[in-house]
Amino acid sequence: MTTDQVLFDAVGPKAQRRVTLLTIASILLTLGLLALAYSQFYQSGQLAPSKWAEFRQSSTWLYLLKAFGNTALAALGAGAIALPMGLVLAVGRLSQTKLVRWPCTAVIELLRSVPLLLIIYIFVSALPPYGINPDVFWKLVIPIGICSGATIAEVFRAGILALPRGQTEAALSLGLTPVQAFRLVVFPQAVRIVLPALVAQIVILLKDTTLGYVVSYGELQQSGKVLVASTGHLVQTYLIITVVYIGMNIVISNAASAIDNRMARRRAGVADPTQQDATERQLSTIA
Amino acid sequence: MDILLSKYLGTFGEGLWVTAQFTVAGFLGSMILGVVLATFRISPVAYLRAVGLIFVEIFRNVPLVSLLILVVYGLPEIGITIDYLPSVMIAMILVGASFACEVFRTGINAIPAGQVEAGRAIGLGFFGVLREIVFPQATRAMVQPIVTLFIGILLSSSLAGVVGVMDLTAQVSYINNREALGLVTFLVAAVIYAVIALGAGAIGARLETKLRVLR
Repeated sequence: MTTDQVLFDAVGPKAQRRVTLLTIASILLTLGLLALAYSQFYQSGQLAPSKWAEFRQSSTWLYLLKAFGNTALAALGAGAIALPMGLVLAVGRLSQTKLVRWPCTAVIELLRSVPLLLIIYIFVSALPPYGINPDVFWKLVIPIGICSGATIAEVFRAGILALPRGQTEAALSLGLTPVQAFRLVVFPQAVRIVLPALVAQIVILLKDTTLGYVVSYGELQQSGKVLVASTGHLVQTYLIITVVYIGMNIVISNAASAIDNRMARRRAGVADPTQQDATERQLSTIA
Repeated sequence: MDILLSKYLGTFGEGLWVTAQFTVAGFLGSMILGVVLATFRISPVAYLRAVGLIFVEIFRNVPLVSLLILVVYGLPEIGITIDYLPSVMIAMILVGASFACEVFRTGINAIPAGQVEAGRAIGLGFFGVLREIVFPQATRAMVQPIVTLFIGILLSSSLAGVVGVMDLTAQVSYINNREALGLVTFLVAAVIYAVIALGAGAIGARLETKLRVLR
């Protein structure tokens, strides 16, 4: 039972009438809005079957499927950069040595307060004159990877801090070296705590790859632009692509919260240290 | 650096002004619509709860780039013409509000259900419970997430450049394309963003300490 479910008492007969009235009013309002949207689409001729013609051909869908493959590849590449980088930065920020802790903190905080697009522009137009001119895939994937790496560092750090100190102390008193204690005791448990947050991070990665549209890397959003350039069916194409993104991300988000709930149930009775990160995790997905 | 200052100070200023407008309007709009959505989601009207849930699920999961393209380029195609700046703001608010809604709901849920039940047991009505018990505690739990939301909105305003609106990030890219000054131009912009974001974070941290109730 969560608080937002107990805010209201069971509704009495008078309140029930008000609820019914509000329900009818808001259903009518929704229907009105939908009708308005329909008439806008209809009157501008966007619903004409010819405007959707290419989406009845399998070749279009195959093209989009290939584009989705590129989207997945970019997200995977960025993840492959972000995970190790995040782990190193998190451990660095938790280090006892100032010489390690401060630079790691600075890198994390800076990357988390600069827009991803700015870093992409740096890779696209500021670095090539210095001789750093990788393939367009990397110009998209490296910025996404390092930005996400900073976020993941904070996720890992929260997971490590959520573990009771006694875990490390017990490991050390058993005679394990600090490295062993981290590798064998702290890390495996921290990963389990942050697993839902890591899954949710996939949604952020997928959203970030839409910036392929800016650097002309052939992922889903960019392929939409190519389709529109040849068919001119702007609304239809972008609408379908956006719906694909939403559907995909809803599935992943729900998987993340399913894992979260499962683990919360298993911890039932124990204070839930990840509750706070759950919000932060959802928040950082805006872009 | 001299060229940057003498020739392009105004360009930086213009970009920063657009970014500031997007950030402030996006943040305030998100908070207001977020409150409305959160009210939907905790209301006793099942239909409104469903509307709130569907709205949040859609706009929390849509990539802002895709939504910006749909709103800015798509709406005119179906006969709705809005200016560029408001179009971008609409897209930013739709996304921001769905995150704000979740901030508010999480803040409410951070309060143990027993507190609300206890409040009702001593005779407080719905609004009494909200005013006396939920609101004072929830606001404290929400300071940090709201600051994170603000920073997220600031950073996401850079995506306006994708649909051709000249915000700070887009202006910087434009300056670089004309003058090829290398990294300097971008670093100036990065510092501006970082100062705003880290400043907001610092203010949030102070506010949180100030509001903290020692138990």
